[in-house]
Amino acid sequence: MGPSAQTLFEKVWRRHEVAAETPDTPAVLYIDLHLIHEVTSPQAFTVLRERGLPVRRPELTFATMDHSTPTRTEQVFGGAPIAVEAAARQVRELEANCAAFGVELLGLRNARRGIVHIIGPELGLTQPGKTVVCGDSHTSTHGALGALAFGIGTTEVGHVFATQCLLQRKPRTLAINVSGKLAAGVTAKDLILAIIGRIGVAGGTGHVIEYRGETITALGMDERMTVCNMSIEAGARAGMIAPDETTYAYLAGRPRAPRGEAWEKALAQWRQLPTDAGARFDREMDIDASALEPMVTYGTNPGMVMPISAAIPQRPGDAVFAKSLAYMGFEPGRPVAEQPVNVVFVGSCTNGRLSDLRAAASLLRGRKVAAGVQMLVVPGSQEVKREAEAEGLHKVFLEAGAEWRESGCSMCLGMNGDLVSKGHYAVSTSNRNFEGRQGMGARTLLASPLTAAASAVRGRVTDPRELL
Amino acid sequence: MNPIKTLRSRTAVLPVRDIDTDQIIPARFLTTTTRSGLGAHLFADWRYGGDGAPKADFVLNRPEAAGCSILVAGDNFGCGSSREHAPWALTDHGFRAVVSTQIADIFRGNALKNGLLPVIVDQATHGWLVEHPGAEVTIDLDSTRLTLPTGQSVRFPLEPFARYCLMNGVDELGFLLGREPEIRAYEQRAHG
Repeated sequence: MGPSAQTLFEKVWRRHEVAAETPDTPAVLYIDLHLIHEVTSPQAFTVLRERGLPVRRPELTFATMDHSTPTRTEQVFGGAPIAVEAAARQVRELEANCAAFGVELLGLRNARRGIVHIIGPELGLTQPGKTVVCGDSHTSTHGALGALAFGIGTTEVGHVFATQCLLQRKPRTLAINVSGKLAAGVTAKDLILAIIGRIGVAGGTGHVIEYRGETITALGMDERMTVCNMSIEAGARAGMIAPDETTYAYLAGRPRAPRGEAWEKALAQWRQLPTDAGARFDREMDIDASALEPMVTYGTNPGMVMPISAAIPQRPGDAVFAKSLAYMGFEPGRPVAEQPVNVVFVGSCTNGRLSDLRAAASLLRGRKVAAGVQMLVVPGSQEVKREAEAEGLHKVFLEAGAEWRESGCSMCLGMNGDLVSKGHYAVSTSNRNFEGRQGMGARTLLASPLTAAASAVRGRVTDPRELL
Repeated sequence: MNPIKTLRSRTAVLPVRDIDTDQIIPARFLTTTTRSGLGAHLFADWRYGGDGAPKADFVLNRPEAAGCSILVAGDNFGCGSSREHAPWALTDHGFRAVVSTQIADIFRGNALKNGLLPVIVDQATHGWLVEHPGAEVTIDLDSTRLTLPTGQSVRFPLEPFARYCLMNGVDELGFLLGREPEIRAYEQRAHG
């Protein structure tokens, strides 16, 4: 194992260096796939116009709309106006910009539209070994396929438009080795919440995480995406999982995946990507997944998380901790299990894929959402919606009393009227429990689709294992 | 971008850790298609009550905060969403630097591209700043030092390229456009 042994990250990074970093200048990194959406692209298109520049590689650029789009069917397909005029303007502006600059757009009524981080993999655009960026922090999701994928700001969206490149300092690497079998009722969401709880919301700053080990290998692609999605909630630049047979089986036959001879060629390259034996990471940590319980957050960042049976920790003298609990209406030393809930949200780029909807439906089948609880199920893409409907999952949700919507970011960040009211408690399968994230004064408890569904049935924060 | 060499200002202190970009600028203000005017919504849900009136006890609403261009904030400032609206809101309000013990990666990159200095200092210096709100502080890019009114001064990390761009008002896009021959060579090498 000489110094030539490389990590997955190093291999992808090196293959995309237009120019390596020097003490005086950052690396020039080539971008293979640039995903854009309506919220973080308008000002970048403006810069192109101001400087008279084209989109350099429109065929490597792909647009969808997800944040400002409504999820009510009548607003998407029925001709009813988008409730928020500014959001409607953003949607129109993306349409005009994509037309003007020759960028392919899956528009509001397109059958393959969805949350950008759901449709990239779903279409086969996201592939092992690619560099993928988007003006959205949850771009880390795409790392589940062995891509190096990270969120960027709008100025950088402009850089990629104009040059297909970014100036980047090389991040450090963190290996998270996960062993042991997840117990029944414990999911990939619980695993990543536990990891964030362990390393903290800033613990991954400056690092790219590679999730490794038997537990990770045993996860399906949807679950791997849930894990990589929340890497940013630990402060990491990106999360990656080595591609393997699960990855290749997922990609085979997808609309934008290579075919025939090109597939064989790509496959041969992808097989070279996994971290070499003996490669060194800057940091490593081990997690025993078999010891995990369903997890739930109790505070106002994803690191404030605990097993669902536990009591909120006590941190006397910590004013910020106290402020967070005051916002949540919680007290230290008390459990959150049995807390009455007002809203349950199943969806988002974290947990809006088919397996998430199946998990939620498995607990709702033959049961009802508790009186007084609003449950919103928002598929991550129109394709997920179709697949779910083909299996009859929508009937399970509707018969239970939940709402079944069109795809979009929706209540994850309280867009287009999909809001949690002030002071109300929401059990949400999304990724952020920040103050006001789901609506001004809203109190968010992050959890898995199983925990969300169980809580909807009982009307209280509920350990899903009680209903399995 | 205007060149920045030295910044001298009183500080406004917000000693909360893990301030995420949803707090800096809530999602409902992201429907804008321009960069301007976001300062009015900076820290909106902390700054204004439900009736829209400014909360008198919030630091930015106090008279002494007027004119402060240096914000001292708790650990891990700017975590969460990649929205560049966060540095746009801070600079539109008048801030030119954020001082913390740790600043989240994406926010830090976005800040540098908008002439907002991300200044990382040690716990002791940070502790002093938190205990002395309104202190007159100097941030010098040439020496990459932050100097307290006590005369004590500390180095802060800033990569040479970012420092060069800030001090000379150079934007990174111009630099990248200048690398076109190498980009083209890479494309031929990588994709034939």
